[in-house]
Amino acid sequence: MADAEQTESAPSEPLDLVRLSLDEMVFVKLRGDRELKGRLHVRKLHNAIARESRLTVVQAYDSHCNLVLGDVEETVYTVEEDEDGEESVKTLKKQSEMLFVRGDSVVLISPQPNT
Amino acid sequence: MLFFSFFKTLVDHPVTVELKNDISIRGTLKSVDQFLNIKLDDISVVEEVKYPHLSSVKNVFIRGSVVRYVHLPGSVVDTALLEDAARREAAQASAKAKAG
Repeated sequence: MADAEQTESAPSEPLDLVRLSLDEMVFVKLRGDRELKGRLHVRKLHNAIARESRLTVVQAYDSHCNLVLGDVEETVYTVEEDEDGEESVKTLKKQSEMLFVRGDSVVLISPQPNT
Repeated sequence: MLFFSFFKTLVDHPVTVELKNDISIRGTLKSVDQFLNIKLDDISVVEEVKYPHLSSVKNVFIRGSVVRYVHLPGSVVDTALLEDAARREAAQASAKAKAG
């Protein structure tokens, strides 16, 4: 088992990946709809929020995956069905300068290279 | 404990709480507890026309578990301090995990 000095730098548990992302760009996938449980296959959902995603800077986190993110762009994906039964995915983007995200909505957190 | 302390520093500031049922409520943060339950004063619903249920309500207690986001005023958040606090909490948590 690594000692405290080592864990400060080398990732040894899952949340260390988040710690190393502090002040870095991350991609966070969230639950938009309770039935979804983070699945990427959104085709089956009708007129429901299928997926939400963010690309942003982590300011803080805790063991519940509660997060505070800065310079956030939120993308909400919704699937809509027109009269002919054709499904189309709509995206809605929202900006926020500082955002607290409750951990129980978080599906995954992925570090992103700065773009 | 980190976010409890963090929210306590935001008391009396205007925030917008987005709930898991998509309703967004704007108001002044009056208090917060360890479950991140939130009390808001002088509230207004962001999409009043779509969600008229709360038009006559002036203040609310929001159960922490129904919160999706809290939109914060960027100017009142000390990001350097917050980041340090997050690192300290992470160090404490991993030390506790090893001891226990």
